Amino acid sequence: MKPVTGVRSRTVVLPTRDVDTDQIIAARFLTTTSRDGLGKYAFYDLRYNPDGSEKPDFALNKAQAKGCGILVAGNNFGCGSSREHAPWALLDYGFEAVISTEIADIFRNNALKNGLLAIIVDADTQQWLLNNPGADIAIDVEAATISLPDGTLVDFSIDAFARHCLIEGLDQLGFLRQQAAAIDSFEENRRCKP
Amino acid sequence: MHNPSTLFEKIWAEHIVVEETPDTPAVLYIDLHIVHEVTTPQAFSVLRENDLGVRRPELTLATLDHSTPTTPVSSFRDLLAAGEGAANQVRKMQQNCEEFGLDLLGYGSGQRGIVHVIGPELGATQPGKTIVCGDSHTSTHGAFGALAFGIGTTEVGHVLATQCLLQRKPKTLAITVDGELPAGVTAKDLILAIIGTIGVDGGTGHIIEYRGTAIRSMDMDQRMTVCNMSIEAGARAGMIAPDDTTLEYLQGRSRAPQGAAWEEAVARWQQLRTDDGANFDQSVSLNASELQPMVTFGTNPGMVVGINDPVPVGNDASFRKALEYMQIESGKPMTENAVDIVFVGSCTNGRISDIEEVVNVLKGRTVADGVRMMVVPGSEQVKMEAEARGLDRLITAAGAEWREAGCSMCIGMNGDIAQPGQLSVSTSNRNFEGRQGVGARTVLASPATAAASAIAGHVADPRVYS
Repeated sequence: MKPVTGVRSRTVVLPTRDVDTDQIIAARFLTTTSRDGLGKYAFYDLRYNPDGSEKPDFALNKAQAKGCGILVAGNNFGCGSSREHAPWALLDYGFEAVISTEIADIFRNNALKNGLLAIIVDADTQQWLLNNPGADIAIDVEAATISLPDGTLVDFSIDAFARHCLIEGLDQLGFLRQQAAAIDSFEENRRCKP
Repeated sequence: MHNPSTLFEKIWAEHIVVEETPDTPAVLYIDLHIVHEVTTPQAFSVLRENDLGVRRPELTLATLDHSTPTTPVSSFRDLLAAGEGAANQVRKMQQNCEEFGLDLLGYGSGQRGIVHVIGPELGATQPGKTIVCGDSHTSTHGAFGALAFGIGTTEVGHVLATQCLLQRKPKTLAITVDGELPAGVTAKDLILAIIGTIGVDGGTGHIIEYRGTAIRSMDMDQRMTVCNMSIEAGARAGMIAPDDTTLEYLQGRSRAPQGAAWEEAVARWQQLRTDDGANFDQSVSLNASELQPMVTFGTNPGMVVGINDPVPVGNDASFRKALEYMQIESGKPMTENAVDIVFVGSCTNGRISDIEEVVNVLKGRTVADGVRMMVVPGSEQVKMEAEARGLDRLITAAGAEWREAGCSMCIGMNGDIAQPGQLSVSTSNRNFEGRQGVGARTVLASPATAAASAIAGHVADPRVYS
């Protein structure tokens, strides 16, 4: 994974709450055996009509949404299925961060392991962001702050290990493999073995 | 003396390889890893790129369920009934299992089926185990007093390579259900009512323990239905302490301990309960005797209503958007809605007792004109048992389809889908927009309610047919 120290971008806003991972990438696109190239399927049924034409009212289809790397979402973003194709699709689409008041556990884990910043903010900050689509903001992973256009800094909390892995571009499998001696000894000394 | 601890805390502590610190998560040992064709190909690729093998193939249970057709399969060409991508994914899984030395419970094994149906029925799911799978409904296995949760594909790779996961300790939520479920009200109705009460994010960051007399009086299939949908309330895991019902279910199953090992396991499993005085981070209570059959009316499993009650009024944009998608009006009961498709199956309700529940309603009756009813057993073993008892013939005699085992229309990856605008009454777990096909409208219900709706041709109260 390449290091992710922060992102500065305009925002695109999706105020709907409980956006599930089926919305982010529908099951019919999961028959792939690769993690690449899934961006074209991100939010597919929200972006396109059944005849393939774009839905002009959908936030991501608006001209001002092009090039926005930060998605501001309603509460409980990423609920439902554990499919890691959801963060893969968002990253490939061009998003580098998702901000909400609540992000579902499995999606959040998956996102952070792939370098997609899943950031939880307080309700007031979220409301301001929802009310100001296109705001130019900056997320600083090391400082765990979001800098709003007027210079206000908003703190967010992020797991220390997740932050370390993001900043260093650390592969968590590598970290786990360094625990080999402890794993060997755990298996050796277990009272009951599965 | 030890501090009183919860069931979850006991299992967590038993599996800690390296304790968590403020800077690093815990290294948690995994006793059973279940893998299927959809969420593993990219994990096997990572192993290949890093020249790694599977650390404990014998603790890994592999099968095919999501991308498999529900028509008979005896060759690759038959797999194409589910589409070319799906067929290739199945073939890739077969290749990966062969390359990495995993015993695949695939075609010809007689044991293939939905990951969360076969783990328990083989006796591989046991109290006190840590169980993971790249599927959010892994919470199902918690019904046995296991700590079981869904993971992403990166984590699937971690477990394949190291048999461990990096985890922060979650919080705990006690849901106590006392009283007795009234006649015609099932475990599915209870879990829908629970999600309706605490909301689709009510369990986020928590592990649920289900407790109380209503839970104790349930059989294992019912407990699995409850734990299965914990994720629909945002909780990665739901669990129920093991008891005699659990032991009776497991004894004699092929992968359960046998002989002296069984006695030893039982002694250990009997310690697996929350101690008196142990603390939960949150607690919720419900009275089962006040419940009625429940159905969903919106586009998430928390949007539920009693079968005869009017659909509630909601003011915010997300609520209105959901009702618009569903073409449902506030103030009217769901029973006014005509049905196009009825789906019985999935890891929530695809077990033998679910099929029995359907047959009890269907027997001597016929599916209404214009309604397509599909019954999809959760595993090849469920299918064989149902056929041995003649349940399949009662289903087809009523005009419903009896199909091959798999996830089928719960996720619609295999071509089993509803058409745009069609209303599907489904015993599955998710009524998300497009879940059962683009534009499909899903109403979640119990097997009895699904069968009653098939007969009536509209969403129907199963108690009318009992």
